[in-house]
Amino acid sequence: MADSDALVDVRRLTVDFGPRKKQVRAVAGVDLTLQKGETVALLGESGSGKSVTLRSLLRLHPGSARIGGSITVDGRDVLAMPSRELAAFRGRTVSMIFQDPGLAFDPVYKVGDQIAEAVKRHDGVSLAEGRKRALELFERVRIPSPERRLDNYPHEMSGGMRQRAMIALALACRPKVLLADEPTTALDATVQIQVLLLIRELQRELGLGVIFVTHDIGVAVEVADRIAVMYGGRIVEMGSCATVIRNPAHPYTRGLLTSRAGHAAQKGSRLVAIPGAPPDLANLPPGCAFAPRCSEAIEQCRQTVPEAVSLDRGHFACCIRTADAPAEPARAIA
Amino acid sequence: MNVIVDTMKPVDDVDRGGEATALLSVRGLIKHFGSSNGLLARTRTVVRAVDGVDFDVMKGETLGIVGESGCGKSTTARLIMQIIKPDLGEILFDGEKVGSTALGLNDFRKQTQMVFQDSYASLNPRLTVEDTIAFGPRVHGLPRKAAVERAHDLLHRVGLEPSRFAGRYPHEISGGQRQRINIARGLALEPRLLILDEAVSALDKSVEAQVLNLLLDLKDEFGLTYIFISHDLNVVRFMSDRVMVMYLGKVAEVGPSESIFTKPRHPYTEALLASMPSMDPDHRTEEAPITGDPPNPINPPPGCRFHTRCKFTATLCANAEPALHDVGGEHLAACHLANPESGHPRLSLA
Repeated sequence: MADSDALVDVRRLTVDFGPRKKQVRAVAGVDLTLQKGETVALLGESGSGKSVTLRSLLRLHPGSARIGGSITVDGRDVLAMPSRELAAFRGRTVSMIFQDPGLAFDPVYKVGDQIAEAVKRHDGVSLAEGRKRALELFERVRIPSPERRLDNYPHEMSGGMRQRAMIALALACRPKVLLADEPTTALDATVQIQVLLLIRELQRELGLGVIFVTHDIGVAVEVADRIAVMYGGRIVEMGSCATVIRNPAHPYTRGLLTSRAGHAAQKGSRLVAIPGAPPDLANLPPGCAFAPRCSEAIEQCRQTVPEAVSLDRGHFACCIRTADAPAEPARAIA
Repeated sequence: MNVIVDTMKPVDDVDRGGEATALLSVRGLIKHFGSSNGLLARTRTVVRAVDGVDFDVMKGETLGIVGESGCGKSTTARLIMQIIKPDLGEILFDGEKVGSTALGLNDFRKQTQMVFQDSYASLNPRLTVEDTIAFGPRVHGLPRKAAVERAHDLLHRVGLEPSRFAGRYPHEISGGQRQRINIARGLALEPRLLILDEAVSALDKSVEAQVLNLLLDLKDEFGLTYIFISHDLNVVRFMSDRVMVMYLGKVAEVGPSESIFTKPRHPYTEALLASMPSMDPDHRTEEAPITGDPPNPINPPPGCRFHTRCKFTATLCANAEPALHDVGGEHLAACHLANPESGHPRLSLA
């Protein structure tokens, strides 16, 4: 999977937290590439390592975290960057939007000033120049009456508008990569779809590379070109959006799709649930992390961590039973 | 009549009103939260959280309530539970007024329980799982030994082995397991009505399905009635017999679940359904069904509260508030377009 042209190239990434004796392995060997103008969704549950992987790209972890492997963004080694270079890299080359825009903004400064400050700091222009750019961005993310809204404090905006403002802040210095960490999870349904469409549109127009973290398959389908399914700190399946949804190869992905309430055949029937609970990262099983919950697991699954099995163009699953699995016809997901 | 006989059920818990009486009737429910904005404020801002809501919950059914933040769905649940006092309105339980001499608060709360979204915050961190579940029955007069026995029985029924879980504290168990404990606690007083306020929203998707299945099993086993509140439309459709859609403190539409999901009659419901991610990579959503955020429930728009975001809005909508109109099949919608006599200009076009 080596790809020197890739905008983002992550190899054998591991992230450990806590004291060495009781360490928690949040990310246990992730390989991920992102091309220019591409959107990859990292899909997974809490504790699957999706957000930790994303934050590694900006080195947003506390100093005690131990990061292994390599991260190359736009030809530069992120893990080797000195702090001054890292500060310039954040926001300029790679920027990020978060789940709670209320926490991302400083509550005591006007939103417009915060954006102008970022532009001033990175582009070395005057504050007035920065304000102009902020206004341009507010128009771009379609905030109504943008001029007036620049003078708002974060609490004066609604949730959806704050998220638009955060996107404006993230795009202020024309980054090449946008990292999105569940940006629509806290939003209402009718607002979520607006923000998803906005991100998709900006991605297309600006040619951004986007890594989008979500736990919601539906959201991933709306934005992603490719989907990476994470479980227990690893990517267990990856492929184009349509392939992963229609021909899921990993038992976990299949379980996620069939256990959805929207998939239920009829009222009163029971959902096909995945038994058990997500793994404890401080105490991962020796073999496949999903094996204890998997109906297809055999002895070998509990002993060795499965390697990626290539299935199709760009589609792979980390499951030793992939080859044995009955060929399933394309499943219509309503 | 199909009455589930349970040895633990006290005598006063039998169906008093008969099958045809709604288990819960809510009439003209109003709750405004006022803030005076400090001493020098000239205007009082009033949040019209619930602003005139009527509905029934029939025995044995699941009523789903959907709506966006600020629509009043959680306030409605809290008003029913008497956690907060309504400004106006009446709540009847099995034909009797809640809080009257015929049905005191203690009696009512024995028969109505609630499960909240945050499984951790709703448990006392200093009580073991067993004590948490046994607490209610003990307060209501059951001896300790019998209460603990009941707790173990319930743990078993929600799929947690009592020998492993009874002595644990909330921080020692996972979110899915904690929510099972909350459900067990809710059932400890053998209620007839269980209010589930976003009870599965905080759970991981793979665990959510397990808990939904559990809720369906328990409903069959104990003959329960549910009010199921959620923002997840797929889950509500799966769980509910009837669905009520709320918007800014009002009922926008209510009716049988399939009818609401396949033939919505309120433009808001339509927009809400169209806002669901498509799940089809070849047919992604191309245009957002409505723009903007839901308005603030402080000073909601006059007339129809949805008229500021509605694509069919007319002068009429800003002036007159539409009442719930029966569009057939026990399906009611509060939209001028649903009422042929409303005089909405679009009606004459058809």
